[in-house]
Amino acid sequence: MKFVDEFRNADQAHALAAKIASLCEPGRHYKFMEVCGGHTHTIYKHGLEDYLPESVELVHGPGCPVCVIPMGRVDDAMHLAAEPDVIMTSFGDMMRVPGSNGSFFDAKASGTDIRMVYSPLDSLKIARANPGRRVVFMAIGFETTAPSTAMTVLRAAAEGLTNFSVFCNHVTIVPAIKAILDSPDLRLDGFIGPGHVSTVIGCRPYEFIAADYGKPVVVAGFEPLDILQSIYMLMLQLSRGQATVENQYTRVVPWDGNLVALRAIGQTMELRPYFEWRGLGFISHSALRMRPEYAQYDAELLFKVPGVRVADPKACQCGEVLKGVLKPWECKVFGTACTPETPIGTCMVSPEGACAAYYNFGRLSRQRVKEVTRS
Amino acid sequence: MSTPGWVDAALREHEEQAARDAGAGPLQPHPRDERNPGAPQPAPGTVREEQVLARIDRARRSRPRVKEPRITMSHGAGGKASRTLVEAVFLDAFRNPLLEPMEDAARLEAGGASLALTTDSFVVSPLFFPGGNIGDLAVNGTVNDLAVSGATPLYLSAGFILEEGFGLDELRTIVTSMRDAAERAGVQVVTGDTKVVEKGKADGCFITTAGVGLREPGRLLGVATAQPGDTVLVSGPIGDHGTTIMLARGELDIEADIVSDTAPLNGLAAALLAVPGLRAMRDATRGGVATILNEIAAEAGVGVLVREDDIPVRTAVRGAAELLGIDPLYVACEGRLVAVVDGAQADEALAAMRAHPLGAGAASIGQIIADPPGAVLLKTAFGGTRIVDLLVGDPLPRIC
Amino acid sequence: MCLGIPGEVVELVADQPDLAKVDVSGVRRMINIGLLADDPPKPGEWVLIHVGFALSKIDEDEAAAALEFLEGIGQAYEDELAALQESMIE
Repeated sequence: MKFVDEFRNADQAHALAAKIASLCEPGRHYKFMEVCGGHTHTIYKHGLEDYLPESVELVHGPGCPVCVIPMGRVDDAMHLAAEPDVIMTSFGDMMRVPGSNGSFFDAKASGTDIRMVYSPLDSLKIARANPGRRVVFMAIGFETTAPSTAMTVLRAAAEGLTNFSVFCNHVTIVPAIKAILDSPDLRLDGFIGPGHVSTVIGCRPYEFIAADYGKPVVVAGFEPLDILQSIYMLMLQLSRGQATVENQYTRVVPWDGNLVALRAIGQTMELRPYFEWRGLGFISHSALRMRPEYAQYDAELLFKVPGVRVADPKACQCGEVLKGVLKPWECKVFGTACTPETPIGTCMVSPEGACAAYYNFGRLSRQRVKEVTRS
Repeated sequence: MSTPGWVDAALREHEEQAARDAGAGPLQPHPRDERNPGAPQPAPGTVREEQVLARIDRARRSRPRVKEPRITMSHGAGGKASRTLVEAVFLDAFRNPLLEPMEDAARLEAGGASLALTTDSFVVSPLFFPGGNIGDLAVNGTVNDLAVSGATPLYLSAGFILEEGFGLDELRTIVTSMRDAAERAGVQVVTGDTKVVEKGKADGCFITTAGVGLREPGRLLGVATAQPGDTVLVSGPIGDHGTTIMLARGELDIEADIVSDTAPLNGLAAALLAVPGLRAMRDATRGGVATILNEIAAEAGVGVLVREDDIPVRTAVRGAAELLGIDPLYVACEGRLVAVVDGAQADEALAAMRAHPLGAGAASIGQIIADPPGAVLLKTAFGGTRIVDLLVGDPLPRIC
Repeated sequence: MCLGIPGEVVELVADQPDLAKVDVSGVRRMINIGLLADDPPKPGEWVLIHVGFALSKIDEDEAAAALEFLEGIGQAYEDELAALQESMIE
């Protein structure tokens, strides 16, 4: 596959790993956070951590937009889906997220009309094909996905569709990073910046991380070599005492982002004053909702949602795992009460969550892996 | 605002389980019990990852129970939920020595003959897809379950559940396909049944089959016999059927030149049976090759190490899988088998498969290892290693 | 929501400037290229696809430069390895 296979070359990986190792100062421990769930997935899927020296640690951040949706919002979505004439449409990732009374998957089993879609445009198609029903699209994702929702709403408006609406749960990445940076119990040396969010918002929004907090940021692609190269670039900055924002993913990410996309978001959506993030609490100006001019596409206004706040379970330590303070196996309920089949908290809910990724892919001590694969 | 009841119930259940496991050896107190929340992170090495992994291991080995009050699509996906359902509900109720091995076919002795008996149901949607239809699946699928059990497939039964309004032409096409498939496989449909249900109660046509074959007496095949040093082989590129079906459903608006791999494997299986070091064969269907590898690891108490680079996948299947964010290892096949053979005879087995038209794409994909028992490891093309666990849920296209 | 896949634009749709057909390893799908309205892609160009939309064009020059860097690293590594091995022979 072009633009994919070339970035998965094992020899070059060894070379990069050697270069990373050569930059490690003796006695120093390095911690880099990758914010984006897609990066967490790549790291585990390709066993990237096997390449890194012991002193370089990757901390998995809150970049999984499915994982951070609070249970109360899931309950709201389930309520919407249960309305008699509603067809709820959702991405696959959302299907197994548990609310207070089960997930979309469970509701589907009880007869609720919930359909999985690959694109919000598919949802629009369903609306066109079912004029007597009201179709709701469960919009989730960071700034990567918000433009697609925005364009879909604009399309619906252009076509004069009256039976399509969006339950908007888009969140923005910068406030989450800031919440992490302001966290007292955290020690990070740098950030592996989100690759696809940056195609929309560009690289400028991360400048405050370098300028105000003194941490280097490298915006990274999603192939294993992209991530290794980004770690190398971070190490180089640290070795030179630098803290700037760099773009490793230049083949895809424009420094200024995508203006058409930003305009589409700006036209249809606005920032909520605050939004609750599962595991991180309330963060101001961190999520989007439909603008008043597009109220007829806002499911929260068209329907009455309970809007009940459901607290994170006491036993759940997702907040600390999300901030990188705890490793997945350090959570008291990891792997026992909380598993991918029976997830309690956000980190286990989606395959991108740190706990799910570790459970599904990385759940073997490195020592054993070395013994086993020494061939 | 209190926590949902199901979370408290899950926690309580695990505390009770942990108390029951107390006999399995003392677990050191979790450092979090002795620290205040919000204190700085534990120093490296304080919490022993191994202890937690051991705790998880015990949790995974505990008695399977189905907690959901209703069947969900996960129960049919061929992964964890399917297995739990079968073990906790069906095996538990019907338990007997012939059922317990839970191989693709049951091994029976009756009237002095060594037989294999299998049953299968076919509910595929859409009924017609590139490469075949439900009828082909019904015959080939049943033949294959018998073939991988080391039996010569002989006789099939075919039960039809037809939806009111289903077209006779479509039914005739399906039945003609079944006749042709049976001829190709060298079996006969000797008995059947027909039922009709009201509109909406069956997706056009469901087919249930049973198959009987003759075994070599005394030849013991089974995944439980896999041993460290054995080689794992696959008969051709994986994921063709499942991908074809996903695309044929039309919801994803994707076009590709992929067709179902449905085929009768008895000829190929017979070629492998001639290899003395053959331990087991399995038909890779729902849940894909990954499910079979996990079954081998679990039943034999061994580890399985496969190499991503060596697993054959057609380019278009890989492309579709990347686009949708699914892993071909978990995608269903309908004409592929996985074989475990003594390492010493691996080359012979591979040659035997490649000599057969259905085995032209056969490959050696990995080996059986002693440790870690019960785990399937994948050495990525990139050189790192990861676990390939049993599928959770359905391989729904991933977005992220 | 990060899954983005590179695909080649193979066909534009005459009366629908917002749509294009892309090819990903022989698999084809219609996607919306409205987000690239300022600089629409032409057949033969590559785009990053996410939930049915093209988010960005893939800059082949930058990709080539990235690969060159990686190959350079790989070569330097091999040279070093070779040097290491030679020095070990003594």
